[in-house]
Amino acid sequence: MASIITDERRPAAAPTPERAPAPAAGPRARRSKRAGVVAPWWFVVPAIAVYCFIVVVPSLRGAFFSFTDWNGLGADWSWVGLENFADVFTDRAAQAALGNTLLLAVLCTVIQNAIGLALAVGLHTMVKSRYVLRVVFFAPVVLTPLVSGYVWSYLLSPNGTVNDILRGVGLGDLAQDWLGDPDFALYSIVVAIVWQFAGYSMVIFLAGLQAVPEEILEAATIDGAGPWRRFWNVTFPLLNGAVVINVMLSLIGGLKQFDQVVAMTGGGPGTATETISTLIYKNAFLLGEYPFSVALAVVMTLVIAVLSAVQYRLTLRKAN
Amino acid sequence: MHTRYTGRTLVREIVLIAVAVIWFIPILALVNVSLKPVNSQTNALTFAWPPTLENYGAAWEQASLGAALVNSAIVAVVSIVFIVAISALASYPLARVTRRWSRWTFYGVLGGLLIPAQLALLPLYATMRDIGLLGSLWAVILINVGTAMPFSIFLYTTFLRDLPLEYEEAALLDGCGPVRSFLSVVFPLVRPATGTVVILNLVGIWNEFFVPLLYLSGSGNATAPVAIYSFVSQYVTVWPLVFAGLVISVIPILIVYFSLQKYVIKGFAGGLKG
Repeated sequence: MASIITDERRPAAAPTPERAPAPAAGPRARRSKRAGVVAPWWFVVPAIAVYCFIVVVPSLRGAFFSFTDWNGLGADWSWVGLENFADVFTDRAAQAALGNTLLLAVLCTVIQNAIGLALAVGLHTMVKSRYVLRVVFFAPVVLTPLVSGYVWSYLLSPNGTVNDILRGVGLGDLAQDWLGDPDFALYSIVVAIVWQFAGYSMVIFLAGLQAVPEEILEAATIDGAGPWRRFWNVTFPLLNGAVVINVMLSLIGGLKQFDQVVAMTGGGPGTATETISTLIYKNAFLLGEYPFSVALAVVMTLVIAVLSAVQYRLTLRKAN
Repeated sequence: MHTRYTGRTLVREIVLIAVAVIWFIPILALVNVSLKPVNSQTNALTFAWPPTLENYGAAWEQASLGAALVNSAIVAVVSIVFIVAISALASYPLARVTRRWSRWTFYGVLGGLLIPAQLALLPLYATMRDIGLLGSLWAVILINVGTAMPFSIFLYTTFLRDLPLEYEEAALLDGCGPVRSFLSVVFPLVRPATGTVVILNLVGIWNEFFVPLLYLSGSGNATAPVAIYSFVSQYVTVWPLVFAGLVISVIPILIVYFSLQKYVIKGFAGGLKG
């Protein structure tokens, strides 16, 4: 119903001042001229060379070595088949890390995007302080993740600011050793990550909101839709592009999480906040377990690829 | 966007400002604690008067932050110059040539967005060791350039595809060869894409911890986050001292952000429209 109305209103309401029509050139004339402009193939060589050297070749070697007992030092290696993967899936720390990483990534994705969307909707109004507020909410995004991790580990320490505030408002019973208690540590890290990156989601949602045509909302208002219905039935479906990008970014970011965990807990207490990235680092560079950590990296790649594909499918289907 | 300032808007405004105040607490705590005497027992949100700058001097010396900031700046500037130069260059044929090889090269580069760096980690480390780059800033620069390629090439290529050919044709008629025409016509035209590439990579490279940690820790060539990491492990609960170090390490990026915030926010938002 709303779309019928907008289709009628559009031509009158939406003049497009951006681009004057291109000088009349038929497709054929254009193509023959295009043949004149030459972009030499060798322009790609430096970029592709560095890309292959840094990304492609080492990644392929990583995947290859995960089936061997390569120790990272010598040139010697021999096939061990799936042994490294068997180790990964039976290792307690690796199981904990896989579980923690998935939980952390999902929680961060959901909470960060919910807050980012709420902030964006709030700021996409006539609120007078909107420009200043946008700068404030986005500021943590440019802060070094390691630094924000340290700040939060201070705020969440037993005598830290969070507990002080809780005691100050009479909720002293809720005060915890947030990072020292295995039941709370992972969630505390989620708080720090969400604080840091919600502004990023907000900015992408704001860009999406700006692209929602005003006329459609007006039409919905005329049809009698309240603000709530207008948002869920009109605005939100049009934000699909922003949702896809945001979910993809926060999901992949969460799955690779390293910096904040290192700053806040180092993976502890026990294995309560160990993630795949911290475990790969520890096994490779502190314990010398090269084959194990290469196999873990392959598992991580597969997890990221599968989850990206699933989320892409899901968010696209929601659009239809 | 609603066009009138109503009572509802006022309520929204108050709620949003309250949230913003909460959002700002960690940054306020960071600065405030760094200005307190080392033995201060007060809360992060109570101000100590007079503020002391002693921690800054101490942190600067004990964490060798001067050298670290110089290293961070070298890594960031050199990496970004190379990233912009070679990804812009590569995107030109990828956007203009419609042959099969250019399409497949583009897809091949984009595929890199899905590969986590952890997969390449160990073999790359072994290679860097074999060619003697461990502990060298060049290892970090090379890795920054290589891993920045997929996204930077993607941005430049999609931007260039939307750009009309007329300017390049005019340059051709004036007798410009492809190199001249790229340097004096195409590159200036893709300036908005260059802005986005520079901002995204600058923030990412300045804040990067994992790669410099692997390649530079213990080498005397640490970048700011690595210097901070070893500094904090030494002085773990001397918060005022630690926080002064943290503030120093983020001042450069915060100056960039607050002086260019419009462009920074636009860069982050626009880089993803694709």
